[in-house]
Amino acid sequence: MGSNPAAPIEVHDLTVAYRKKPVLWDIDFELPEGRLIGLVGPNGAGKSTLIKAIMGLMPLLSGYVRVYGQPLEDRRELVGYVPQRESVDWDFPVDALDVVTMGRYGRMGLFTRPSKEDYEIAMACLDKVGMADYAKRQISQLSGGQQQRVFLARALTQDASIYLMDEPFAGVDAATEKAIIELLKELKSKQKTVLVVHHDLNTAEEYFDWLMLLNMRLVKFGETRDVFTQENLRMTYGGKLHLLSEAAEKVARQ
Amino acid sequence: MSEFWDLTIRFFSLADANVRWVVAGSILLGATAGALGSFAYLQRRSLLGDALAHSALPGVGLAFLLVGEKDFMALLIGAAIAGWLGALAVNAITRHSKLKQDAALGIVLTVFFGLGVVVLTHIQKTGAGSQAGLDSFLFGQAAALGERDVILLSIVAVVLLSMVALGFRSFTLLSFDPGFARSIGLPVRVLQFVLTTMIVLAVTIGLQAVGVVLIAALLITPAAAARQWTDKLSTMVILAALFGALSGLLGGWVSFLAPRMPTGPWVVVVISVVFAVSILFAPKRGVISRLRRHLRNRGKVAQEHILKAMFKSGYPERDWSGYQHVSDIDSMWSFSFREMARGLRRLEKRGLLERSDGSYRLTEDGVVEGARVIRRHRLWELYLTRYLELPGDHVHRDADDIEHILTPEMEAQLEELLEHPEYDPHHQEIPRIGREASQ
Repeated sequence: MGSNPAAPIEVHDLTVAYRKKPVLWDIDFELPEGRLIGLVGPNGAGKSTLIKAIMGLMPLLSGYVRVYGQPLEDRRELVGYVPQRESVDWDFPVDALDVVTMGRYGRMGLFTRPSKEDYEIAMACLDKVGMADYAKRQISQLSGGQQQRVFLARALTQDASIYLMDEPFAGVDAATEKAIIELLKELKSKQKTVLVVHHDLNTAEEYFDWLMLLNMRLVKFGETRDVFTQENLRMTYGGKLHLLSEAAEKVARQ
Repeated sequence: MSEFWDLTIRFFSLADANVRWVVAGSILLGATAGALGSFAYLQRRSLLGDALAHSALPGVGLAFLLVGEKDFMALLIGAAIAGWLGALAVNAITRHSKLKQDAALGIVLTVFFGLGVVVLTHIQKTGAGSQAGLDSFLFGQAAALGERDVILLSIVAVVLLSMVALGFRSFTLLSFDPGFARSIGLPVRVLQFVLTTMIVLAVTIGLQAVGVVLIAALLITPAAAARQWTDKLSTMVILAALFGALSGLLGGWVSFLAPRMPTGPWVVVVISVVFAVSILFAPKRGVISRLRRHLRNRGKVAQEHILKAMFKSGYPERDWSGYQHVSDIDSMWSFSFREMARGLRRLEKRGLLERSDGSYRLTEDGVVEGARVIRRHRLWELYLTRYLELPGDHVHRDADDIEHILTPEMEAQLEELLEHPEYDPHHQEIPRIGREASQ
């Protein structure tokens, strides 16, 4: 490990703790370039924590993260982050376009105003997720799926090479789910690397080229057809998840 | 009474140099606190301002002890340092213990305030001559602001307001989504430090005029009031600044009328009135506008119930030419006679009903409208039984509510999903009247 400086993201022996209680142990992997990667595991497995740790939002007990061989701080502009939708107050007095434009703030000075170009890019990204008509809508007036699409559009404005998405499919309507899938495909066709926290085992196999099975430790990581096995899922979920039997049946039918 | 008018005229005409200072100081202070309070409010850190203010009191007392006189600058520095220590203490407690922020705020606020009172009492006992003004720091005394005080206060206020304007975008993102802000490389900790320091300073310059006990109202309430009127942050900040300025000004006026009266409570009274008006009368968010929406909605439901009932009574024969008396219509639902009467009047005005001495019948449009309500009701029942697998006797209540909410688009979607059904789960026909025409 650590031999390939070109890996979009290298996580080396990462251990993360909440109030001294480790929630992720010795995580070690390199993301392959240009793939859609699903991050799957039971509740409390540390999926969001891993994303946050990679983004530098959590203190690390040990280990490091490299982006194309460099520390994250030097390559932030290459990484787009889509936080969980519930992580913010949607009653905040801003409209959809305001939120999307925030994706450009990293490129501006702290005290400069967004340029016309910034707004045009933001509008284009809203359009890409099918939300152009809602640009001036106050964000509390948007449905959950629309809010999620606004978050995705915000990340798109960064035009990053790597995207980390925290549960973009959680609680969204069918139209949004479709829009997200289209978006993921488009990102892949542009050779972007995308890591997506995902809850639904039934669709994980279909959506992602690679899967990362996580439960406080990295259980398995590899191409979906190699990783998505009954044995691996059982190791990840232990005995507690009833979805497992469903998914396991599906595996068995193959 | 004439003295009242004399003083009021003197105050608002700004003829008096002293008055000009008090007015300028009060307005700038209110505006600054209101603008900064908007961010504290949106970060849900409103109470932090209160803790900061109370924490500043021992700083005021100790600065006085050190300097030995009531030098505004020294007192401000003391207050700012103590306020900052308070903020740090809250931070340290929440980070290193299992206490939540509310407990940390409560502890810090009372400990520092208690210390402050001890120090002030000590000063009073030692009887250092010029301590007389110190107790005005508890409840504020705007009229006691001198020229030098106001100049200092104004400089700080103008600097703070400019910083709000300059850093507006960054503070917005910081308040909305700090995690994302960090992910794109914004110096979140520095920004938060700056914002907290700005709040400390806003509180500090307000101590003389409004007092430690109530200055938090000038941070929280203008922001809460402004939020009612707008969904746009820039507008909200400006409104909050205006509300703050207004209450500062009126507080200053009362203090000028009765210099012995503490200013803080009057500032709170004014801003609370502004807040009450906002909560009641603001469009969209206000209580009254919400109540009106509710009533309008109830009215719509009543009308649709009438249409439904009258449509049903003529449906089997498809003959709606007969007039029905009111008493035949209103017996089934939870609406008062007055609501029914109003509903009938509105329907008549909309051209959906015709009246002939106390009796009503549906017009052609009324028949179409009635069919639409029934259709939605029955489509929804069918949807529930088919897709939620509810038994037929469980779906009527839900459909009664949903029939008023479904949009034409949703209706079309339902039709499609259910493959243009002819009958509802109770084998009643789903009327197509008004649909054939449009198809």
